[in-house]
Amino acid sequence: MTVERDVMEYDVVIVGAGPAGLAAACRLKQKAAEAGGEISVCVVEKGSEVGAHILSGAVFEPRALNELFPNWKELGAPLETPVKRDDIYLFTSESASIKLPGLFVPKTMHNEGNYIISLGKLVRWLATQAEGLGVDIIPEFAAQDVIIEDGIVRGITIGDKGVDRHGKQTADFAPGPELRAKYTFFAEGCRGHIGKRLLKDFALDKDADPQHYGIGLKELWKIDPAKHQPGLVVHGAGWPLGLGSESTGGSFLYHLEDNLIAVGLIVDLSYSNPYLSPFDEFQRFKQHPVIKQHLEGGERLSYGARAIAKGGYNSLPKMAFPGGALVGCDLGTMNFSKIKGSHTAMKCGMLAAEAAAKVLLAGAEGGDVLSGYPTEFKASWLHEELYCSRNFGPALHKFGILFGGAFNWVDQNLFGGKIPLTLHDTTPDYLTLKPAAQSTKIEYPRPDGKLTFDKLSSVFLSSTNHEEEQPVHLKLADPSIPIDKNLPMYDEPAQRYCPAGVYEVIATGAEKRFQINAQNCVHCKTCDIKDPAQNITWIAPEGSGGPNYAAM
Amino acid sequence: MKALVSVKRVIDYNVRIQVKPDGSGVVTDGVKHSVNPFDEIAMEEAVRLKEKGKITEIIAVTVGGAKCEETLRTALAFGADRAVHVKVDEEIQSLTAAQALAAVFKKEGTEIFFLGKQAIDDDAAQTGQMVAALLDLPQATFASKVEIDGGKATVTREVDAGLETLEIDLPAIITTDLRLNEPRYLKLPDIMKAKKKPIEVVSLADLGVTAAAALKRVKVATPPKRSKGVMVKTVDELVTALKGKGLI
Repeated sequence: MTVERDVMEYDVVIVGAGPAGLAAACRLKQKAAEAGGEISVCVVEKGSEVGAHILSGAVFEPRALNELFPNWKELGAPLETPVKRDDIYLFTSESASIKLPGLFVPKTMHNEGNYIISLGKLVRWLATQAEGLGVDIIPEFAAQDVIIEDGIVRGITIGDKGVDRHGKQTADFAPGPELRAKYTFFAEGCRGHIGKRLLKDFALDKDADPQHYGIGLKELWKIDPAKHQPGLVVHGAGWPLGLGSESTGGSFLYHLEDNLIAVGLIVDLSYSNPYLSPFDEFQRFKQHPVIKQHLEGGERLSYGARAIAKGGYNSLPKMAFPGGALVGCDLGTMNFSKIKGSHTAMKCGMLAAEAAAKVLLAGAEGGDVLSGYPTEFKASWLHEELYCSRNFGPALHKFGILFGGAFNWVDQNLFGGKIPLTLHDTTPDYLTLKPAAQSTKIEYPRPDGKLTFDKLSSVFLSSTNHEEEQPVHLKLADPSIPIDKNLPMYDEPAQRYCPAGVYEVIATGAEKRFQINAQNCVHCKTCDIKDPAQNITWIAPEGSGGPNYAAM
Repeated sequence: MKALVSVKRVIDYNVRIQVKPDGSGVVTDGVKHSVNPFDEIAMEEAVRLKEKGKITEIIAVTVGGAKCEETLRTALAFGADRAVHVKVDEEIQSLTAAQALAAVFKKEGTEIFFLGKQAIDDDAAQTGQMVAALLDLPQATFASKVEIDGGKATVTREVDAGLETLEIDLPAIITTDLRLNEPRYLKLPDIMKAKKKPIEVVSLADLGVTAAAALKRVKVATPPKRSKGVMVKTVDELVTALKGKGLI
C-alpha cells in the first residue's frame, strides 16, 4: 500500500540528539554563521524529549566541549562536579579487594581535569544551544528507514504512528514524513538500527575487525549527606565477573552533586556462559563492601541500561558513504581505555560537520561522499587517541583482567599507546557463547529490596512506556529459533541478557513458548547484538516510546 | 465563532514523581513536562469543530513561566491559530489562573471556552467552574460529547448514574473528559509551522489580576508504602486475621 507522506527538505538531517548529533548540529550552524551563509539543519530524536534515551556514567573529558563552546562556563553548561579523587580497585572476591596505587594504573584511567556529569543534562543543554543557533530539533519522531536512491542516501523516513499490533492502520494513523537532505548524519548511538543496515548495504565494515560491545547497567542513588564526597570516582574490575577472560567488564561509582551517586557495571558481551545475567551480576556487585558502604541507607532513584560499542580503532568502519556519514557511537568512536565516549562522539560529530559545512558553503548539491570527513578525522586528536588505545580491549578479551591489564599498563605507560604491535579480536560477540551443557548454572541471590532489586521494579524506575497497541518492535527473522534452537543449545540466553525482562520462555504443560514483552524495552540493543543466531532485529518503535530518563 | 482553549504545562504522566526532601513540593527540575492530557482533548475538540466549520478561530492560552511557551507551541501545532501566554513565574493557584483566564476570555471576545476537566498535577478540577462563576456564564463540565448548533451547545456528561445531556446557551464554558475524543498525532510540518505562529505575552497586571494566595500548602508527602500481603489458607484464618486487625 502506498502512503502519502509529507516531505521536508534540509541541507543536513541528523538522526539522534545525543552528544555526537547535537555537537554536529551546533558546529554546522557555527560554521555557517562564520562564513555568513545558511545551512539548514534538523535533528530527529526518537525519545519523548532530548535526553530521554541518554544513559552514561559519566566522567566527562571537556576537550571537545572546549573546542565547540570555549565559553561553556558562561553559557551554563552542567559540568558541576570536578573529579577530585580517583580510586581503582581490583575486586578479588565478594568481600576482598585490592586498591591499586596510581602508579600501577594505565595512564588513560586518570581523570584530572575531568568532570562527573549527567550526560542527560549535558545533551539537554546542548539542545538549547543548538536551538539558539537555529537548529530544528524534533523529539518524538523516530527515524525508521533510510532513503537510498541509485546508491545514494537522500534522507530518512520517520516511522508511522497509529498502527495497531497487527500492522493495520488505525483511525489515528499518521504517516511518518520523509526528511530529505543533501547529507544525512547517523548519530543513533551504539548499534543504531539504520547504521546497522548502512554497514551492510555499503559494506562499510568489510576491512574492519568485528565491532565489540558491552552492556552498561546503571542506577542513580540519593545517599546520606554524611557519606557524600562530591568528585569521588571509584572504578573497579574483577569480581563478580572474574579475573580471567571468560567474562570481563568493569564497574563505576561516581559521587555527583546533590547527594547523588551513579553506580554501574559494564559487562563485555563477549562473555561465554549463557547462564550469565548482566542484570543480576550488577545487583550482586552492589553488595561488595567497597560499594555497599556508599549506598547503604540511600534510595534508588533511577535505573537504566544501554549497550556500548567498544571495539575502538580496529573496529572502525568506513565513516562516509554517498550522501551520508556515521558519527559517534553509531560509528564506534568510544575510547575504551578511558571508558569514555562522550568527548570522542562530540569531536567526531564536529569533524563530520566541518567537512559538510565546507562543501555546502561552497555550493555543493550533496549526495556525494564527504571525503573531507575521514581526511580531517585522520589529522585530528581523535584519531591519535583511538589509535593509541587500539590494543586495550583486545588485550583484556584475550588475556583477562590481570595479564591483559598488565599489558595495557606497559602499552599505555611505557609506550604511550604506541607499542609496535596490534592485537586483533576477530570473534564477534554473538559467537562466544558456550553450549549450556558445557556451562555452569549461576544461582543469583534473591533481591533484598534495599540494595538489590528485581528486573521489573527496576524497569519501573526507568519510566519506560510504549503505546500499548503498537506492533512489536523486536523482530524475529525466524520465530522458531528461540524455542527450537536457542533453548536446547543455550537455555535461550535472551531471558538473561535482556536487562528489562523483555524476553520470557513460558511453559504451559509440556509446551514452551517465547514471549516478547516489547513494552518493557529500554532500547539498549543488547538482544540485537548477543543473540547467538542473530535472529533478533531491533527496529524503532513509535516515536516517544522507550525509557524516560531524567538525568542519567 | 472564536474559541479559547487553555493548556497547562504539567509533569509528564510517565514520570515517577519525587517529593522534595523538605516536603515543600515535588521535584520539577530536569523532569519531562508535557501538555495536560485533558487539555489536549480540549484542544482536539476545538480543532474538530473548526474542521466542521463551527468555529472560525482558535486561541490557545496558558498561565505560567517561560517554559510554558513549549506548551503553547504544541497547542499551535494541534491547530490553534494564535496563542496568549499569561506569564507568571510564581506558582499559580486555581483561583488566580481562573481570574486570568476569565480576563483573557473577555478581552478576546470569545464565545466558547474549552478546558480540560482537571490537570493531572494537582487534580484540583475546579478552574473551569471558577471561570464560569467569575464570568457568570453557563458551564457544562466533564463533557464526553459536544455538539454546537447556532447559539447553543448540547453537551453529554459522564455522571455516576450514566449519561446526562445538557443544552446550554453560548457563550459558555465546557470542560472535557477522557472519552470525548482521542487527540491526533502531531504532524511534522504542523510542528514547524507552529514555531512561526504568534504568541502574545501578557502579565497578570495587564489583565488587572492580582495573584492572591487563597490556599496555603502545608506539606507534600509520598503515600505510605503498601505493606506485604499475607497468604491465608482457609476462610477461618482470614476471618481471624481480619478480626485481629480490628477490621470486622
